[in-house]
Amino acid sequence: MKDTWIVIKEILKGAAVTGRHFLANMAFHTLAVFGLKTRRKGAVTIQYPEETKPLAPRHKSLHRLLRRENGQPRCVACMMCATVCPSECIFIEAAETDDPEVQKVPAKFVIDLNRCCFCGFCVEACPVDAIRMDTGEIRLASTDRAGLEYPLEKLL
Amino acid sequence: MTGMFIVLVKIVLALTWTMVLALLLTWVERKESAVIQDRIGANRASVFGFRAMGLFQPFADAIKMIFKEDFVPSFSERGLHALAPFLSFFFVAVTVVTIPYGDAIRLGGRRITLQAVDVPAALLFVLAMLGLGIYGILVGGWASNSRYALLGSMRGAAQLISYEVALGLSLVGLVMVFPSLRLSEIVRFQGGLLLGFLPKWGVFLQPLGFAVFFLAALAETKRVPFDLPEGESEIIGFYTEYSGLKWGLFMLTDFLEVIVVACLATTLFFGGWQVPWLEAGGFRFPWGGSWRLAPWLVTVLEVGAFNLKVFFFCWLQVLIRWTYPRLRYDQLMDFGWKFLVPLGAVNVLATGLILALK
Repeated sequence: MKDTWIVIKEILKGAAVTGRHFLANMAFHTLAVFGLKTRRKGAVTIQYPEETKPLAPRHKSLHRLLRRENGQPRCVACMMCATVCPSECIFIEAAETDDPEVQKVPAKFVIDLNRCCFCGFCVEACPVDAIRMDTGEIRLASTDRAGLEYPLEKLL
Repeated sequence: MTGMFIVLVKIVLALTWTMVLALLLTWVERKESAVIQDRIGANRASVFGFRAMGLFQPFADAIKMIFKEDFVPSFSERGLHALAPFLSFFFVAVTVVTIPYGDAIRLGGRRITLQAVDVPAALLFVLAMLGLGIYGILVGGWASNSRYALLGSMRGAAQLISYEVALGLSLVGLVMVFPSLRLSEIVRFQGGLLLGFLPKWGVFLQPLGFAVFFLAALAETKRVPFDLPEGESEIIGFYTEYSGLKWGLFMLTDFLEVIVVACLATTLFFGGWQVPWLEAGGFRFPWGGSWRLAPWLVTVLEVGAFNLKVFFFCWLQVLIRWTYPRLRYDQLMDFGWKFLVPLGAVNVLATGLILALK
């Protein structure tokens, strides 16, 4: 018998929680319909394609390769990023260059985003700060696999 | 001949009202659950870029269901498989014709009651039809010829039959207080005043009866706290082998049951179309004032009051559906047989005692 009262109390408590949410949110929705701005909104939803959430400053998004002052890629094809990459998604083909300061440049530099896990190890491993993940680009969908293989030209 | 025609028109109107309300209820279900959970809910369905708060969502759902493949498993009993959703739908939809939407109106010298068919034993008729609705579940589960569907339908049948007992018992007390089985007369009985100010609604005369009725009726709708027949996410239910429009018909039946339960709760316990202190000539307040109203305004108020009460009970049921977790099967049976049925019996005895002593 004592249990019955506890159960009834809890049932009413549950209804009070949902009822309170309903009434409070409806009040804020109604205010919004009448054009009144409130600090709290009736829903926490972000209507994604139209509204986006600001990314965190250190958010790891699509990679980019940085350029030297003369416009050439900074990358020296040292293969550090390709080595450290846990997903093995970076493919570099090195080429020689006449510049004695640089010696090597990437002839090909492909990041296969099909495999990339966005861990950021490549950024940490790079000795010349040639690769960063700060483009803020997170909409990377493609209709085919080839579309997610980003070559050097797309990354620069 | 004209009488026949009027009855037909009334039946069509009553069914249309119910169907529109059922469509609206799918939208209400989505939106209310969203508001409860701090979300926005379906709002993308649009016609010519016009969204109208997702009100087109039911139509989008209907179009989707119509164009879905009507898959019938090769091992199923074809005829019965096709029949089951219609059985389930028919027996619920047919109860709507007995619900009084309002008092009578005068149209061209003819008195037309705002009730499709005034069945003499409407209360028994409604209970019987809700009971026959079990056949939709049983036949559906059996004809699917799949073990999970069969088990689901057996759970459903056991649950509905168990709660039918409590449902019937809860209404016995009501019939003792309002000595009629006609829904129109039960509503008329609720027109008076109690202790001089309280409207003489069933809920004030039969609070325990209402509690038992509402809980048992919730179980009859087989929605979430009592959704063991279907258990869409975990336990597989009786319409597992259905798809497309037949599945939609089962779903629509669920919403119709919500509406029928709301209508019954309104009609039996909340005065139906009665507005507190409103009489044929206008309001007469217990504190002495009165307010004369035109007859058409009184009718509009009464029909509006009925709709408002039905909306409220629909809202309440959706709230309950989005609040409570599902009962375990033994808890369900315990609750029905060891709690609601004895409570209903106590209610009948107490009502009888009070009536005898009065």
